[in-house]
Amino acid sequence: MSSRTLPLLFINLGGEMLYILDQRLRAQNIPADKAKKVMNDIITTMFNKKFLEELFKPQELYSKKALRTVFDRLAHASIMRLNQASMDKLYDLMTMAFKYQVLLCPRPKDILLVSFNHMDAIKDFVKDTPSILSQVDETYRQFFFNTNIGEFQLIRQTLLIFFQDMHIRVSIFLKDKVQNSNGRFVLPTSGPVPHGTQVPGLIRIFSCTGEEITRLKFNNGGNYTTALREGSFDIFGDRVTKLGTNMYSVSRPVETHMSGTSKNSAQHTKVSAAPNPLAKEELNLLARLMGGLEVQKPGNTDTDFRINLFATDEEEEEALISRPDELSYGVINIQATKDQQANAELAKIMGEFTESGDQSPSVSNKGDDLLAMMDGL
Amino acid sequence: MYHKEKSIQIKNSASALYNNLSVLRIAPRRLTHFTVVHANMVNMVSASWDGLNYTHRQLQSKEPNVATSTSLIMQAAFCVLPSRDLLVVTSQKGIQMYESDGSIMVYWHALDTPETPTAQAVFARGIAAVYENYICVGVSSGAILVFDVPSKGSNITLSEVLEEHKESITDMASECSGSQECIANLVTADDGGNLCVWKSGEEFQLLNKIPGFDMSCSSVKLWKGTVVAGYGTGQIRLYEAVTGILHAEINAHARWIYSVDIAPFSGLLLSAAEDSLVRVWHMTITPETNSVEVVHLHNECVTDTQICGAKFCDGDGYAFAVTGYDLSEIIRYIQS
Repeated sequence: MSSRTLPLLFINLGGEMLYILDQRLRAQNIPADKAKKVMNDIITTMFNKKFLEELFKPQELYSKKALRTVFDRLAHASIMRLNQASMDKLYDLMTMAFKYQVLLCPRPKDILLVSFNHMDAIKDFVKDTPSILSQVDETYRQFFFNTNIGEFQLIRQTLLIFFQDMHIRVSIFLKDKVQNSNGRFVLPTSGPVPHGTQVPGLIRIFSCTGEEITRLKFNNGGNYTTALREGSFDIFGDRVTKLGTNMYSVSRPVETHMSGTSKNSAQHTKVSAAPNPLAKEELNLLARLMGGLEVQKPGNTDTDFRINLFATDEEEEEALISRPDELSYGVINIQATKDQQANAELAKIMGEFTESGDQSPSVSNKGDDLLAMMDGL
Repeated sequence: MYHKEKSIQIKNSASALYNNLSVLRIAPRRLTHFTVVHANMVNMVSASWDGLNYTHRQLQSKEPNVATSTSLIMQAAFCVLPSRDLLVVTSQKGIQMYESDGSIMVYWHALDTPETPTAQAVFARGIAAVYENYICVGVSSGAILVFDVPSKGSNITLSEVLEEHKESITDMASECSGSQECIANLVTADDGGNLCVWKSGEEFQLLNKIPGFDMSCSSVKLWKGTVVAGYGTGQIRLYEAVTGILHAEINAHARWIYSVDIAPFSGLLLSAAEDSLVRVWHMTITPETNSVEVVHLHNECVTDTQICGAKFCDGDGYAFAVTGYDLSEIIRYIQS
């Protein structure tokens, strides 16, 4: 499948993460200077040069576990801390939001517009230090410069495989009626058709010389209207689509429903975890990517603070206990430390990944090989 | 015109891939095989016609070695040749051919995959059985591999590589009317919407090229010398294969078309798209007078589902089956 998917996945998921964190920071009345520091630190980490270099290399998509590790680390790039239950919920929200955006993109190419919406918002979060993002705009545009429509569809199909069988119910989606109670998104058969598509309902027959002989209409079974104008792919511009813009605000709490997810989801999330999630190749790539994420020294206890994705601490504890096994990401909390220590931590974590899931015996030396590779750096 | 029948449950959900359903009707044994791709697996279910027996089987993509990441499957399709039926599975790493019940793999062809991934993805996609004993498979580079298939055994050989397309192959189809009189017997389509029309033989001959006008073609069929192509813009176009004359243009769907299929004995046409709709049409094609007629007959909406596969279950179009992204069932419809 496409080897150009990771940057899209990362930037869009990162964007959603920032929307949610921003909302929680406000909801918990975190002092403005601390909140701003957190947002700045995370955004700076996300877009640091070394990390971007790794991100934009053509490569296969990571497994859910591996990507979750990257976001865990990212979320802890500042003085903010998250307990596992909150981190799980954060990741659920991020992934379901982006799944929704990918599914509802009218054309595959519109995923870029969704990314630009996220990037526009991120720019706004750091509008006092705009230089952080100048690099990204250029890199992004160059990366997707010559991608044809068929290739964008391949990217979209690759993303949809990543999101396959995820049906976590998000209360904001349920309230807005964009998600059904079985966790599936609503796909309307009405509204504007994508740019470049005609409203269905017409059959035209031509003669051998190209003249139109017959024109027949048929009932399209929906309620479609003509396409809107095309969104802008420039550095600045009206993206037209609302997908990828911030749907959270202080008054709209972020909840996910764990219980009552459709009874098939248990069976299916297990199966989708089966394809050898952390093959040696992927571990090496992940190590390089993580190596690029600059690690902060742990702050003093008086500057560090904890963010809760739930309304109360009790709810958070309850969520951790009651999370269904098949939906656990199996990730260990990473303590941000000096680089060398972090690398050893990383190797240990990689070693620990081999315990769960269907790992075949031949990859049991992963941890050792990785350590050896680290020594060589 | 059609009503919904009992669905067949499958072991995993269907992935969002073009033409993600293949059907093989085995009359002597009164059963039908269905295949649906999920990531790196093919789900195969054999359903007896009396609706009492369902046998499931799963085929995995072949991994060159365990340490590398899994190879995702792009397509699985049954190939019907005069002497035998095979199941062909195309993935990022290569092409696997199985006996039609999925029991034994009879052939493996590895694609040239680079050491480190390149920006251009590598995969095989687009499968067709072509008169008289060829199986053609498309590649992401635009090349078409022509395999010579003996009437039995595993001595399948790569006979030719056709290099005409410059963009990734999306789908291909052979003439399905059963008529030996058609000059063209293969049509191939690519990401750019370009269509190539071929005549099979020891050396395949390119008869015509129909340009894409920047609309990606995801699914294609060939019937009575007419190419029926489904595009990403939701349009269906009917072209006279050998001349490239556009006979009909249908604004058929509001989103990307994922599958078109034809019931060769009746001229029924099935189209399905990301817009949740499956539509049935009827085509009347008279090659002698160069006349083409298309009428719309029926719509089925699979609520909240992006459809990825739709096929008639028999040559008359009496029944058809549908798969959708994230759906773990094959939905069936039969004529009322």
